[in-house]
Amino acid sequence: MSNSGHDHPHEEPRYERSPWAARIRAVEELLVEQGVFTDEELKSQIAYMEARSYENGARLVARAWVDPAFKERLLSDTKAAAAELGVDASGPVEFVTVENTDELHNVIVCTLCSCYPRAILGRPPDWYKSFAYRSRVVAEPREVLLEFGLDIPADKLIAVHDSSADLRYLVLPERPGGTEAMDEGELATLVTRDSLIGTDVPRAGQGVGQA
Amino acid sequence: MVGGVIRPATDTRFVPGDAVRVRDVEEEGHVRTPDYAKGKPGWISTVLGSFPNPESLAYGGDGLPKRPLYKVGFLQTDLWEDYDGSPEDVLFIDLYEHWLEPIESAGEERL
Repeated sequence: MSNSGHDHPHEEPRYERSPWAARIRAVEELLVEQGVFTDEELKSQIAYMEARSYENGARLVARAWVDPAFKERLLSDTKAAAAELGVDASGPVEFVTVENTDELHNVIVCTLCSCYPRAILGRPPDWYKSFAYRSRVVAEPREVLLEFGLDIPADKLIAVHDSSADLRYLVLPERPGGTEAMDEGELATLVTRDSLIGTDVPRAGQGVGQA
Repeated sequence: MVGGVIRPATDTRFVPGDAVRVRDVEEEGHVRTPDYAKGKPGWISTVLGSFPNPESLAYGGDGLPKRPLYKVGFLQTDLWEDYDGSPEDVLFIDLYEHWLEPIESAGEERL
């Protein structure tokens, strides 16, 4: 890589690149050479994505649990509600939050690719992009959720959301019982990444755990 | 289910509660209609607004005219013959208007 054939140096990789990583880097270099974007723009976009995590979603949920007016705003305009907490989700796609209740459990998938509310939650877990999850959760959600350790009672309805177009979905899980004394910051630690997708639910006493 | 219109929608053919069927056709290109829903009956849950057509955008087109996008609900038992969860379980897909055709409604209240 020391002789990259053009006039700016590249940092030597600290480990050997996989063929996929090498291909991606080659495409990146071509796009920069062709003037589609600059190296700086590329780095800033990577930094933008790295700065996002499910913890943003946990903050939204915890605020919604303690502030009913915020909850209404989160359900009616997720983008604006995220902005209130300093999360910039502006961009070409829209965001929708769906609410779990004692009668309804929501779970999110994108069967066609891996659509995910990245501007808020960052990158999806690898399993979310797997063929097995995408093909099975639409057809046998109860079995799939059971494999995640979530046994949805037969009398509770399951709603699967296949986010195949311009909307990205987050789940607003139910606040677990026994958390009445917890403040907003403590509540946020109960909200796991998977509970924002619907393959988990927050549990009292769970703490920061994220398997 | 969803709060309502997310973006302005113009010239919409359907309103919430309308019974629809997903067109059962093979089309090449960046089609955002999953195969498993093709030919299946459902209902309009929410009118989401008009969005640029991804089948044009994906190939450098301008996506115009914009297409109304709907949140369409399906009973799981209508999608999968051997579905063995609750008969009330539902699935929602966001579908563009040109993939939907009207059918007779069974007249039942839906999410």
